Amino acid sequence: MPLDPSFIGRSYPPSQPYDVSREKIREFADAIGATSPAYRDAEAAKALGHRDVIAPPTFAIVVAMKTNETVMFDPELKLDYSRVVHGDQSFTHHRPITAGDQLVSVAHVDAITSRMGNDMVTVRTEISTVDGELVTTAKSMLVVRGEDA
Amino acid sequence: MTAGIVTEVGTELPALSVRLTRADLVRYAGASLDFNPIHWNEKTAKDVGLPDVIAHGMLTMAVASRIVAEWIGDPGAIVEYGCRFGRPVVVPNDGEGALVEVTAKVTKDFEDGTVKVNINAAFEGKSVLTGAFARVRVS
Repeated sequence: MPLDPSFIGRSYPPSQPYDVSREKIREFADAIGATSPAYRDAEAAKALGHRDVIAPPTFAIVVAMKTNETVMFDPELKLDYSRVVHGDQSFTHHRPITAGDQLVSVAHVDAITSRMGNDMVTVRTEISTVDGELVTTAKSMLVVRGEDA
Repeated sequence: MTAGIVTEVGTELPALSVRLTRADLVRYAGASLDFNPIHWNEKTAKDVGLPDVIAHGMLTMAVASRIVAEWIGDPGAIVEYGCRFGRPVVVPNDGEGALVEVTAKVTKDFEDGTVKVNINAAFEGKSVLTGAFARVRVS
């Protein structure tokens, strides 16, 4: 059954603040094999003009995935999460995510389309500091595979 | 950015080859908090019609970002990064894993101090990320 298009434009309440730590950034950098000193060494990051170590460009998925799930698990949307696959992803960094940031995320449903029995849901997550500074815009397109697709 | 690097349109970035093993998938699952079992459990993967366990698309995307970060020096210069997940990277349970080969090229100067870098990530000779690109601040 196609998803209800009236969800387009819907926004969700802000997430709980997420504290970005040097340790989590290093753990994420290790997991992707990234060796840049800007991810690991605060002095090296400062020499590049950053306040503290910065996160890799896809680190924002750690918070964006939670907001995606807020949408996917919305009982009113009646979506079968076991049929969801990640279609595409983008990040726009207004500035790099930096250790010490306290990030709040707000999910917006930008689009719902159907094609060949699959539903496509585009969730935009606006990630800001608790003080309201916009840091990253993450967009995820999630494909809900149809029963026959 | 690192002084002296060439960012003109047409510049090819130094290529990157990354081997992803099951251990890498488990480590990424923990770091990213994405515990979908298709990335570590063969039975679940096969039950949903996959040939075997596959890498997280987000892991492949993250690994591919390294070609730009290592070239430009300051990963904070990557102001935009996007891709579609075209096909899966299948990771066998053999200790060898899957080889992902990343290439990239500067394709456009936006003339606002940023350039576009198109990125290709290939597994078994086929592109796994579609339309992958980064917008990178160069001045």
